Amino acid sequence: MPVLLVTPLAIYMTAFYAWPLASMLLRSVDDPAWTLENFRRFIGDVTFLDVFWITLRTALIVTAGSLLLGYPVALALSRLRSGPAALVLVLVLLPFWTSVLVRSYAWMVLLGRHGLVNELLIGLGVLDSPLRLLNTSFAVCIAMIHILLPYMVLPIASVQRQIDAALLRAAAGLGAPPWRVFLQVVLPLSMPGVAAGVLLVFVLALGFYITPALVGGPHDLMLSMLIAQQVDLLNWPYAACLSTALLATTLLLIVLAQRLPGVRDVMRSATR
Amino acid sequence: MNLGRAVFNASWVLVLVFLGLPILIVVALSFSSASYLTFPPPAFGVRWYRAYLGSSDWLDSTWLSIAVAASVAVLATVLGTLAALGLPRLPPALRMAVGALVLSPLIVPGIVAAIGIYYVFARYRLVGTPLGLVLAHTCLAVPFVVTSVSASLAGLDRRLERAALSLGATPWGTFYQVTLPLIRPGILVGALFAFITSFDELIVALFLSGSGAVTLPRRMWDDLRFAIDPTIAAVSSLTIALTAVLLLGAHLLRGRRA
Repeated sequence: MPVLLVTPLAIYMTAFYAWPLASMLLRSVDDPAWTLENFRRFIGDVTFLDVFWITLRTALIVTAGSLLLGYPVALALSRLRSGPAALVLVLVLLPFWTSVLVRSYAWMVLLGRHGLVNELLIGLGVLDSPLRLLNTSFAVCIAMIHILLPYMVLPIASVQRQIDAALLRAAAGLGAPPWRVFLQVVLPLSMPGVAAGVLLVFVLALGFYITPALVGGPHDLMLSMLIAQQVDLLNWPYAACLSTALLATTLLLIVLAQRLPGVRDVMRSATR
Repeated sequence: MNLGRAVFNASWVLVLVFLGLPILIVVALSFSSASYLTFPPPAFGVRWYRAYLGSSDWLDSTWLSIAVAASVAVLATVLGTLAALGLPRLPPALRMAVGALVLSPLIVPGIVAAIGIYYVFARYRLVGTPLGLVLAHTCLAVPFVVTSVSASLAGLDRRLERAALSLGATPWGTFYQVTLPLIRPGILVGALFAFITSFDELIVALFLSGSGAVTLPRRMWDDLRFAIDPTIAAVSSLTIALTAVLLLGAHLLRGRRA
């Protein structure tokens, strides 16, 4: 009986998701005959190495930026009384469920040549002529941080909420000033949440497509954009190779994350 | 100490402003009376909403997106709810395997899934058809239904079902009269998330829309490549409003689940 309930979805996901994915990925090794030649060729390819480096660099900057901006919000979320905390949570979650496209568009509007940021800086006399902000790596990073921030805030806040308040009182009672309570008690105890957030944001950033395509410049070609480009050129073996590399990296990081102490609990509670 | 506190409070408030401001600006701009994007808007008006409502292209895409998202919500909710009911009672090894298959769309990068689906769907002439979009979007929406229904099943008091059975109810009667009403909020929340997932989806639509089934996000994408005129701000504001209403509904349903 339980098997019968699960069967329709299992068949559906196999037919319309797993099978298409697998047959596309197979093009990397069986085109025209069973071979690893495609992989060997692109490992030394200059374009690929460039794109790989840009993707890695962007993901690292976005992860670091999200951690820097997200940690205080998570801390506030866990410290505030339930009323204000609910308001903060709504402010974090509403952008979370606003489409990536709309949020990327918002950054196009803000960072454009006659966008709000340029007009403001000129109005204040900081600039004489508009800066080129849109279609730069800076635009890509700032927009991606904006979009991925909730994935950093939620796991950290969920771990911080479980920290025993008695520990904080004990540290303060023993004479530790607030900054020391933070550095020696709160920060170490919130590390599982930080690890989960860092991993989530990094993995999601690696595969980002819409935002870099809209706000990035010609030098911000990320792995996902190279994949789409190769599909447009009908170069399926190469697209499949790149997809395999991206998917394998993603899965590897997720498996590693599950081994970190506490990360699994955080991921479970974050998806609820 | 007070200085540290002030810096901390200022930092998280500023980050919240950073999160909210871009979206607020898009909404404010959609009510601009200017014919191009300019700050601050010289005056306010609804000309861009009128432009949107007067364009059959935009309206066609809107109805297509709503129809696809509604179909996805129904299909994903039926498949996902059945699976969530069966999953906890499967043998552990099978449960792990099916669970991985069902939740994989949350992990697999969107572009990889999109081109895989495109690769096979193109062979069956599903590109450029609403059916292709529904079939693909359902895969992406199912994880949200399964997690939402599983969560409400986990919070279910199993004694209620046993009580019904011991009082002579049939297994089907127990499900229909006891289990289903208790997990209904979880099912509805899953359906809402499935709807939003499809309604906002772009990457799969970039490959599957073709010229015959242009969804709303796809039309916005195409327009953005030419010019960022304020019609898109109006469309964005409408989709933000729709999402906010659906999320509010989900929040109220969750509250009732308690």
